[in-house]
Amino acid sequence: MKPFAYHQPDQIPDAAKLLTSIEDSKLVAGGMTLIPTIKQRLASPVALVDLSKLGSLKGIIDDGASITIGAMTPHAVVAASKLVQTKIPGLAALALMIGDPAVRSRGTIGGSVANNDPAADYPAGVLGLGATIVTSTREIAADKFFLGLFETALEPGEIITAIRFPVPLKAGYSKFKAPASRYALVGVFVAKFADGVRVAVTGAGPGVFRVPPMEAALSENFDPSAIAAIKIDNDGLTSDIHAEADYRAHLVTVMAKRAVDAALS
Amino acid sequence: MGNVIGIGASPKRKEDQRFLTGRGNYVSDIKRPGMTAGVFVRSLHGHAILRGIDKSAALAAPGVVAVLTGEDVAADKLGSLPCGWGISDAKGVPMKEPPFPMLAQGKVRFVGDMVAFVIAETPEQANAAAELLTVDYEVLPSVVGVLEAVRPGAPQLFDDVPNNICCDWELGDKAAVETAFRKAAHVAKLSLVNNRLIGNPMEPRAAIAEFEPGTDRFTLWTTSQFPHVVRFLMGALVLNIPQHKLRVVAPDVGGGFGVKQFHYGEEAVITWAAKRVKRPIKWVASRSEGYVSDRHGRDHVTEAELALDEYGKFLAFRVNTLANMGGYLSTFGPNIPTNLYGPLLGGVYTTPAIYCNVKVVFTNTVPVDAYRGAGRPEATFVLERIVDVAASEMGIDRVEIRRRNMIPKEAYPYQTPVLVQYDSGDPMGCLDGALVAADVKGFGVRKAASASKGKFRGLGYSTYVEACGLAPSRFAGRLGARGGLYESATVRVHPTGQVTVMIGTHNHGQGHETTFAQIVSEKLGVSFENVDIVFGDTDRVQFGMGTYGSRSLVVGGAALSKATDKVIAKGKKIAAHLLEAAEVDIQFEAGNFSVAGTDRTKSFEDIAGAAYVPHNYPLEVLEPGLEEQAYYDPVNFTYPGGCHIAEVEVDPETGTVTLVNYTAVDDVGTVINPMIVEGQLHGGIVQGVGQALFENAVYDEGSGQLLSGSLMDYCMPRADHMPMMKVETHSTLCTHTPMGVKGCGEVGTIGSPAAVINAVVDALAHLGVTHVDMPATPNRIWRLLQNASLPVAAE
Repeated sequence: MKPFAYHQPDQIPDAAKLLTSIEDSKLVAGGMTLIPTIKQRLASPVALVDLSKLGSLKGIIDDGASITIGAMTPHAVVAASKLVQTKIPGLAALALMIGDPAVRSRGTIGGSVANNDPAADYPAGVLGLGATIVTSTREIAADKFFLGLFETALEPGEIITAIRFPVPLKAGYSKFKAPASRYALVGVFVAKFADGVRVAVTGAGPGVFRVPPMEAALSENFDPSAIAAIKIDNDGLTSDIHAEADYRAHLVTVMAKRAVDAALS
Repeated sequence: MGNVIGIGASPKRKEDQRFLTGRGNYVSDIKRPGMTAGVFVRSLHGHAILRGIDKSAALAAPGVVAVLTGEDVAADKLGSLPCGWGISDAKGVPMKEPPFPMLAQGKVRFVGDMVAFVIAETPEQANAAAELLTVDYEVLPSVVGVLEAVRPGAPQLFDDVPNNICCDWELGDKAAVETAFRKAAHVAKLSLVNNRLIGNPMEPRAAIAEFEPGTDRFTLWTTSQFPHVVRFLMGALVLNIPQHKLRVVAPDVGGGFGVKQFHYGEEAVITWAAKRVKRPIKWVASRSEGYVSDRHGRDHVTEAELALDEYGKFLAFRVNTLANMGGYLSTFGPNIPTNLYGPLLGGVYTTPAIYCNVKVVFTNTVPVDAYRGAGRPEATFVLERIVDVAASEMGIDRVEIRRRNMIPKEAYPYQTPVLVQYDSGDPMGCLDGALVAADVKGFGVRKAASASKGKFRGLGYSTYVEACGLAPSRFAGRLGARGGLYESATVRVHPTGQVTVMIGTHNHGQGHETTFAQIVSEKLGVSFENVDIVFGDTDRVQFGMGTYGSRSLVVGGAALSKATDKVIAKGKKIAAHLLEAAEVDIQFEAGNFSVAGTDRTKSFEDIAGAAYVPHNYPLEVLEPGLEEQAYYDPVNFTYPGGCHIAEVEVDPETGTVTLVNYTAVDDVGTVINPMIVEGQLHGGIVQGVGQALFENAVYDEGSGQLLSGSLMDYCMPRADHMPMMKVETHSTLCTHTPMGVKGCGEVGTIGSPAAVINAVVDALAHLGVTHVDMPATPNRIWRLLQNASLPVAAE
């Protein structure tokens, strides 16, 4: 670890100002990715802007047709929330599958979404539910937010303040854990709304993506059998020492079926 | 007589009080006055010529004390890191033994090879300076796999090691084997890979070195399983430090599994550097650093053939193996895939002819050496896999074919055709016990239940034997050992009757402080609480070869038993004098010396007191004091073994293998502490399951980069991977160790990989699957099913 300055602002504009005024500064939310990276000297930010004093970023609000989760809400709080469990049980289940108890207690939804790790769980839930990312300056639809490997639509100095999830009729998440890291080797989030079904896949490629043929088939018939024969293309999927691309492609179908099962149960 | 807790009892472990309350004393807990911090700069390339190192920027960085490189090592004319074994080929030609400089000279040969040591006031400053070091590499192609390394045109690690072959070793009667194969009714063949493993002890390696100019003495605190051996190898062979001027301390050590039983270059560099900078230096490896510098294990590619007669009796076994040594020869490196492998290929069977050829091969990878089991899991895996292949091909039940070939209990001692003679054992008894414990009769019902959920269930057997209690020195010497393999113990009885034992083995998780105290408590009749075990300090313990190869109880415990007997013998002389009786009439029982047939008695404490206050004492014929020492060199290896039965469920949709039941019935000889033995078996089994299902060290061919270089990519077994295990013992007593003990540290790791893989193959046998390489990952199983299920579906 190299030395760095540390700031703990209590107003969002102050945080944004620090972030834009100090070159090579970084936001830290739960720090579950950033801190290990700094410790390994793979990242050496000049300054850290800690969001933990921004009370307005914490908590879960019932908006009726949607739920708004503050960016600094830890995964464990989402997993344990009666509100989330009642209205979007698939999202509570997803939060409970992240990492381990220590990670779930520290790691936050905003941090995970902003980092956009290609194997993280939350991007699947956010894209699968068609959520809205609320930032310090605007609102961004999930479909426009995730731009690929660790890339998002966030501008310099822009801070995620909350994620607003529309309440679906049904939703489920199924995750095949990478054996060592327990990140998603393949994770699929399926959500059924009155106007159709969304299917979002994480872990399989360089970033979270939707599967239109599965969405069409499930919109017709929300049952695992509807997508059993739908294979996704290996092209562009990740191949590494844990899983080859064609195996990942196969798992997308298996996990999608299981996510539908989970949504129906 | 106090609170005797003796052989067969399971007291809580003495050492756990300090470990569980955070009061352990590990190397990284130690602070010395004026201590500096050291950081090793390691090669980022698998294979490269070292053109030069520019130290100037690093030397100018804040807080830097010194920067040392291979040129400094060469200038000081220091020795090469020694290999403790020298093996030879069939013609008696010694292995190729290129130098292993403690800091690379001229060339780097694996990612992690050390090129410099940076010393600064703080670890942060040392790390920052290390990044400023400019190393000029001319990168060469790397070769990481053994098959690739021996191919013509492969990158050559050393100019004088053609085809990267260190030694072309063989064992057994080749001609007899060929004759038997010609007569065989059936020949089973199997090609397999024994996957490369990384030990991952919980505590990373660390060292502190200090030089005292006033006494010319060095002290090295190091995370070692054998501090006396480090003192000898490093002091006598590398740094030219007289033995009496070098103290090596291995305090509490957080797990070893073999990783810490070698003399590492880091130890030599830090000790040498401490005198140069006239300050103590501390180095603590990061986990990532451990991945590219802790010695790795296994890594074989093998072709095996088993010849059988028409009844399934084994006639001959032939094994050809390529074994990866990595970039240099580590302390025991060449011994592991040869002497600890070939002699185990007989297993528990009466196979009359065995031949084994092992080509020991250099590659651009971390040096490979002993890892829990060391050679014996590899041998067991080959044998127990091919037995299943033969049974399947000949249509003989897997248990039945084992029974037909097993050495019957009454045939012991049994001389195998591959050097070793088993003193005792009852493999059939272990098998019978395991069949019952695993409820093999109920397997059909369980398999049907799995099938109804769309899962494939399989059962796998491993009936195995191993050689441990390393080792009879004379035997080892004939095989190429360059040192002895005995053990020593001193039993110091204090004037008040409490006991301190100084023993040459090293406790790093095995529970020695408890087990050895139980032996003393039982034999001397003293309270368990009144016995302390001292280890891991060359200034306090007379000598020792350390802990590895399931030797601590077998060899160290025997030395302790002998030393305790000497205490009793001297006590009898003292008692005879005090009780005015003849020595032959003195009995020692339950902590009391008494005259046979009388009520005249002296307690152990009375005798201890008399030995140190010798007012009424036979000073003319007996020295005062009550302290005895014994060295013990075993006459043979010990041969624990047993039967392991694994039961797995395979999800054909994802390829996931779940271990659902595990049963082990093991013969470990006399059990001193059943709880500790059970714990050793549990841990060993989990490590074997890790190899079978999860662990794999993967290198990139060409670049030599380690792709599984962290816990994010190298999958260790976890608690939720394991079912509750059924572990039982079915013991026959070792005929040549003082207490009948055989050792238990490695049996779990040796027996389990074959049991698990045999179960996986059984689960998939109906699809035509005949072999699965380790680790049986979901991707690998899925791929097999893709390839296997098509023809079956077409039938």
